[in-house]
Amino acid sequence: MIQLDEIQKRLLKEVADLHSVPEGAYNIRSNGEALGRVSTANIEIVPKTDVSGIDINIKPGTKNESVHIPVVMTQSGLKEMVYNDFHIGEGADVVIVAGCGIDNCGPGDSEHDGIHRFFVGKGAKVKYVEKHYGSGGGSGKRILNPGTEVYMEEDSSMEMEMVQIKGVDDTTRTTKAELAAGASLVVRERLMTHGDQKAVSIYKVALNGDGSSADVVSRSVARDTSYQKFDAVLTGNAECSGHTECDAIIMDKGTILAVPGLEANSVDAALVHEAAIGKIAGDQLIKLMTLGLTEEEAEEQIINGFLK
Amino acid sequence: MLELKNISFEVKDDGQNKDKDIIKDISLVIPDKKLVVITGPNGGGKSTLAKLIAGIERPTSGKILFDGQDITDMSITDRAKSGISFAFQQPVRFKGIQVFDLIRLASGKKISMADACEYLSAVGLCAKDYIGREVNASLSGGELKRIEIATVLARGSKLSIFDEPEAGIDLWSFQNLIKVFEGMRKNIADSSILIISHQERILSIADELIVIKNGELFAQGPKDEIIPTLSGTDSAIPSCYKGATAGGDGK
Repeated sequence: MIQLDEIQKRLLKEVADLHSVPEGAYNIRSNGEALGRVSTANIEIVPKTDVSGIDINIKPGTKNESVHIPVVMTQSGLKEMVYNDFHIGEGADVVIVAGCGIDNCGPGDSEHDGIHRFFVGKGAKVKYVEKHYGSGGGSGKRILNPGTEVYMEEDSSMEMEMVQIKGVDDTTRTTKAELAAGASLVVRERLMTHGDQKAVSIYKVALNGDGSSADVVSRSVARDTSYQKFDAVLTGNAECSGHTECDAIIMDKGTILAVPGLEANSVDAALVHEAAIGKIAGDQLIKLMTLGLTEEEAEEQIINGFLK
Repeated sequence: MLELKNISFEVKDDGQNKDKDIIKDISLVIPDKKLVVITGPNGGGKSTLAKLIAGIERPTSGKILFDGQDITDMSITDRAKSGISFAFQQPVRFKGIQVFDLIRLASGKKISMADACEYLSAVGLCAKDYIGREVNASLSGGELKRIEIATVLARGSKLSIFDEPEAGIDLWSFQNLIKVFEGMRKNIADSSILIISHQERILSIADELIVIKNGELFAQGPKDEIIPTLSGTDSAIPSCYKGATAGGDGK
């Protein structure tokens, strides 16, 4: 049984909704080392020998199982680069919960850069949740640069929930996906930046097979003097459908740049993009104020709802 | 009891460098235990008057008293807390906020799903289909309007103001709406209800009518005295015309 201190517990709760050690397969990484690792009959977690990271092998046909691979960092000034590969067997149906929490109370920058690669087998179904969280009052920055690559075989499906609500100073998130025939990818990103934080989200999705589809939707709020960039390009190389949407609320002196891009290389590709950036509508505030909320309470409810 | 004393409201007229009077020196009383309907031609200042009462607009001059307290300089929030509710003519949409959230916020306390469902049922919505829906563009104008009315019911305020509740509601829902107001009238206790409307059917359930024309108080009195003076004017439109053209539900 692994022992967690209070900060580790708090970070795990924020990024993986875990109150203790999870059920099923897991790998908990803390300050650059494996704190605990458990494989199951169907899900095997193997450390890599050439670089830092793990291989997660999920047997074909594995149903209703989950894998948790959270990362917590509490040591100021630590910088790490991790490679995690997920091999999801044909017809499997699994939930994967990743995420990184950094508590930096010191002067040095703490940085976790993770490369996650997903090889999703034929007909497999994956729900992937990745949350980022930062805390600690040190002058050192909390930096996260996740790279995600998704290779989807025929008729597979993947739903990705990417969340970063608080405390991460600098992040560049790059997600690339390639979809074979009949594959379907859904991405839901929720992002809030404050202070002088910077967050860049880049999506490159290639719809290579007939009947493939992608739906990439980002909802974000930029407060104070923070900066966000949403750059999503869908490429349709076959008979496919794609939709990308950036819906953003800007507050204070925040900056948001939305760059939705579509590239159709097939006459049968149907691609749509939407982007909207604006402040909280005045009539929304007034409506909630007529219910007895103060302007600040109304603002909080509107943002909470928007990012829910 | 709500009292307006010599309320005027002016706005800067674009293009011409002078003020335009929207409300001109209106004084009136909305007594407790009464359902009062304000009617009058379009553009006459009815909705502006409702917004002045709710605090969304501030009068240029005059005083507003609520149960004897001067609320003229009070914020929207404080007026709401003191017991004034306002149902918008065009309800606001919120991405992510669910119908249940809105009703919970309106009630101002922790309420159960079952309590919230009761308010939705009261406005003719099948509660289980709506309670978890987002108050966003996926709802039709008529559905939003009924949810808006449900939020006012959930508040259970001393004074409930409805700005043209019939606008955007289809004929079937309109019958239901009349029942909602009749029910509110029956359980009025010490509260009062103020409805802005030119719907004959709504006028007919009022205790008192107030007619506003060109920003001025044109008439005020018991409905039986006022209604005969309105016939043939555009202050009263029979429901078969108005309801038929105002459908927003697509049903």
